[in-house]
Amino acid sequence: MLYFSKLRILFITLFSVLFILIASSNLFKFDDNFFDKKINLGLDLQGGSYLLLEIDNEPVIEQKLQNLTTTIRNYFKEKNIKINNIKIENQNIFFNVIENDKQSVLEVFQDENSDLNPYYPRFKSHQLEIEDTGLNFKVNFSRQGLIKLKTSSQDQAIEIVRRRVDEVGTNEPNILKRGNNRILVELPGLDDPMRIKSLLGKTANLTFRFVTNDENDRFGVEKLKFENGLEEATVSKRIIISGENLLDAQPKMDTQANQTIVSFTLDRVGAKRFGKATSTGIGKQLAIVLDGKIISAPVVRDTIASGSGQISGGFTFQTATDLALLLRSGALPAPLEIIEERTVGPDLGQDSINAGMIALAIGFMLVIIFMFIKYKIFGLITNVTLIVNLFILLGVLTLFEATLTLPGIAGIILTVGMAVDANVLIFERIKEELKDETNNILAFDGGYTKSRTAILDANITTLLAAIILFFMGSGPVKGFAVTLGVGIFTTLFSVYFIARLFTSIYVSKNKDKEKLI
Amino acid sequence: MIAFNKYYNYFNLLSSILIVVSLLLLIFKGLNFGIDFKGGTLIELRASDSKINVSSLRDRFNQMDLGDVSVKNFGNNTDFLVKFENKDNKKNIIEEIKTNLDKSFGNNYDFRRVENVGPKVSAELLKSGVIAISLSLALMLIYIWIRFEWQFSLGAILALFHDVIVTLGVFSLFNLEINLSIIAAVLTIVGYSMNDTVVIFDRVRENLRKYSDIKIFELTNISINETLSRTVITSATTLLALLAIYFFGGEILKGFSLAMILGVVFGTYSSIYIANTVLVRLRVSQKTVLRNEEDKK
Repeated sequence: MLYFSKLRILFITLFSVLFILIASSNLFKFDDNFFDKKINLGLDLQGGSYLLLEIDNEPVIEQKLQNLTTTIRNYFKEKNIKINNIKIENQNIFFNVIENDKQSVLEVFQDENSDLNPYYPRFKSHQLEIEDTGLNFKVNFSRQGLIKLKTSSQDQAIEIVRRRVDEVGTNEPNILKRGNNRILVELPGLDDPMRIKSLLGKTANLTFRFVTNDENDRFGVEKLKFENGLEEATVSKRIIISGENLLDAQPKMDTQANQTIVSFTLDRVGAKRFGKATSTGIGKQLAIVLDGKIISAPVVRDTIASGSGQISGGFTFQTATDLALLLRSGALPAPLEIIEERTVGPDLGQDSINAGMIALAIGFMLVIIFMFIKYKIFGLITNVTLIVNLFILLGVLTLFEATLTLPGIAGIILTVGMAVDANVLIFERIKEELKDETNNILAFDGGYTKSRTAILDANITTLLAAIILFFMGSGPVKGFAVTLGVGIFTTLFSVYFIARLFTSIYVSKNKDKEKLI
Repeated sequence: MIAFNKYYNYFNLLSSILIVVSLLLLIFKGLNFGIDFKGGTLIELRASDSKINVSSLRDRFNQMDLGDVSVKNFGNNTDFLVKFENKDNKKNIIEEIKTNLDKSFGNNYDFRRVENVGPKVSAELLKSGVIAISLSLALMLIYIWIRFEWQFSLGAILALFHDVIVTLGVFSLFNLEINLSIIAAVLTIVGYSMNDTVVIFDRVRENLRKYSDIKIFELTNISINETLSRTVITSATTLLALLAIYFFGGEILKGFSLAMILGVVFGTYSSIYIANTVLVRLRVSQKTVLRNEEDKK
C-alpha cells in the first residue's frame, strides 16, 4: 500500500495540478479556450428571477374539439353519412348516426390510415378514442392524443415566450420545458421581473372585427368590454384579420393627434382582406380586440389598401411599446399562469456570496487547526490534502460548468468537515496496528487495508443521499447535491492518492522512528 | 475505556421518551411549513429609514387584505421577512404592494427577495420532499441489508428513524420553519447517521469474528471505544464546519445548518445508544455472523 511508482506519482501530480489550474481559471483570465470555463453562479448568488409557467390547455382542447365537430360533419357528408345531434359536453363530442352507418363510422375511426383520426405508430395509438354507447357515439382525445396536443402547444408557447423575453433584452435567459405543460424561465441579473411577468401573462390574441347591431349576424356575435372596463360593444365573431397577419408592429408618436400609437404592417393576405373590409365597411366601426377586450373601435373612413395601419387607444409610450412587442412576437396558443416565482436582488446575491465565502474560510481554518493539534505531522498531511481536495472539487465544478448555489457552498463547507473522516479512520487504524506491530511500514499497510470497507461504506451512504437529492431536489438544493456528491469522489481521490503519497514518503523516511503517530 | 454499556438502559428510555414526545409534537402541534410547502408569498425587505419597523410594516400589510400576514425581523434591525398566504394567487400582488408601501415609506425600502409559490407547486414540492426522504430511508435499508445481518440492519434503521423524528420534533417544538433546504438537511443527516453507525458496526462484526467468548454487551462497548476517537474527531470537524455556516453563512442558511447540527449530534448519539443496544437486545453472537457467512457461501 505504501509503494508508489514514478509513473503514478507523475500522474497524481499532473492530475492535481490540472484541476488546480482549471479551478483558478475562475479567478484569472487565461487565453486558452480550455481554461476559459467558469463555475456558473445560481440565481440565488448572482441575483435574478426564476419563473415557472403553466400552460392552461383547456381552451386549446375546447377549440380543437370545436373544430373537430365541423371536420367530422363535413368528412362524413362526403361519404353520404348523416351525423345527427353533434354536440360537445365535458370535453367529449357526442353524436349519433342511423344503425346502417354505424359500422362504417367505427371503421373510419379505427383505420390505421384514417385521415380523420391520425395514428401514432410511436405510441401505437390513435389521436381520438371512440366509444359506442348503444345509441350514441362518444369521441374524445386519447391519452396519447392529449399528450401530443399538450407537447405541441408547449412547443409553440416556448417559442413565443423566447421571442418575448429576447425582445426585452435580458442577458442570457434560460428557457426550458418542464413536463409537457410547463415552461421554466430563468432570468439572471433581473431584479424586477414585473415587466416580463406582465408580458408573459398576456396571450396577445389580436383580432379586427366589425362592431355590429345585427343580433342575427351569420357568424354570431358577442358582447365585449372595452379595456377601460366601462363601455361595451356588440362585435361580430367574423375575424377580418388577426395577429397572424401582422408582419411588424412598432410604437410611434402621432404628431398630429399628439398621442402614442402602434403602427403595423400586414402580410399580403392580410393586406388584401383589410383592403376589402375597409372598402365595403366605410362608416362602420372596426373593433380592435386583444385577449377578449376592445382596445379601440375606430370608424372606417377610407379604404386602406396599403397594408399598413395604426392602433390608437390612449397608450403611454410604455404600453405602446409593450403592445407592439407582443404583436411582433405573436400570440400564445394558450394562456400562461405563473405558478412559481423566485426573485433575488443582486445585492442580496452578493451578500450571500460573501457570507458563504466567510463561512467557508472560517470553517476551513477551524478544521485545519483542529486537525493539526490532534495529529501534528499527519494533521499537516491531512490539511494539505484538504486544500488540494478543495481545489480539485472547484476544478471539477468548473470543468462541468456546474451551477454553484448558496446551499452548494454549504455543501462544499460540509465536504471539508466530512472529508477528514477517511483520513481519521486510516490514522486511527494505524494507531491500533502500532500497538502490536513494531514494523512501521507493515502497520501503515494494515491501517490502509483494514479501514477500507468502513471508508467505502461511509461514503456510499452519503453518496446515496446526494443522488436522491439531485434527482428530487430543485434549483438551489440541487446545487447542494452536486457539491456534496462531487465532493465524495474528490475526497476519495485525495485520500487514497495524495494523502497516501505524502504518508508513504514520510513513513519510508521514518521507518524506525518510535511513536510515529 | 469508557463504560458506555452501563447506560444502555437509561438512554434507551430517554430515546423512547424523545421519540414519543416528538411524535406527539408532530401529530398535535405539527410542523411550521414555509411557503415552499404551504404555498404563498415571501418578501425579504431592507429598509433605509428607521420609520420602517415590524409594527409599521405589519400595519401597512394588514391594510392590504392579504389574509394572514407575518412580519419578522430577519437577521438585523433593517431587514424584514414578510410572509402571507396569497390565497387567490393574485397576479400583480407584488406591484400592488409596492405602490402601497411607496405611499407610506417613499423610496426608503428595497425588496431583496421575492418568492411566490402557487398551491399546485407547493403540493408537488411537499410530495417530492416526502418521497425523497422515504426513498433515502429505503435505499439505506437496502444497502445495510446487503452489507450486514438483519439484526444490524434493524439497529441502523431504528437509529435513522430516531434521528429524523427527533430532529423534526425539535423543529416542531421551537416552531422552526420547514423549507426545501431542511429536506436537504434531513437527507444529509440520514447519510451521516448511517455512515456513523456503519463504522461502529463494521468494528462490532470484526470483533465478533475475533472473540468468541465475549458477550455482545461487552463487545459493543469495546467496539464503541475502539472507534470512539474517530467518532469524536469526525463529529467535531463536521460540527466545526456547520457552526461556521450557522454563524457566518447568512440568514438563509441558518435553518439548514441548525437542522444539520442537530442531526449530527443525534446521529452520533444514536449510533452508540440505539444501534448498538439493538444488537444487545437481539442477543447477537459470533454465531449470527458466522451462520450468515456460511449461508452466503
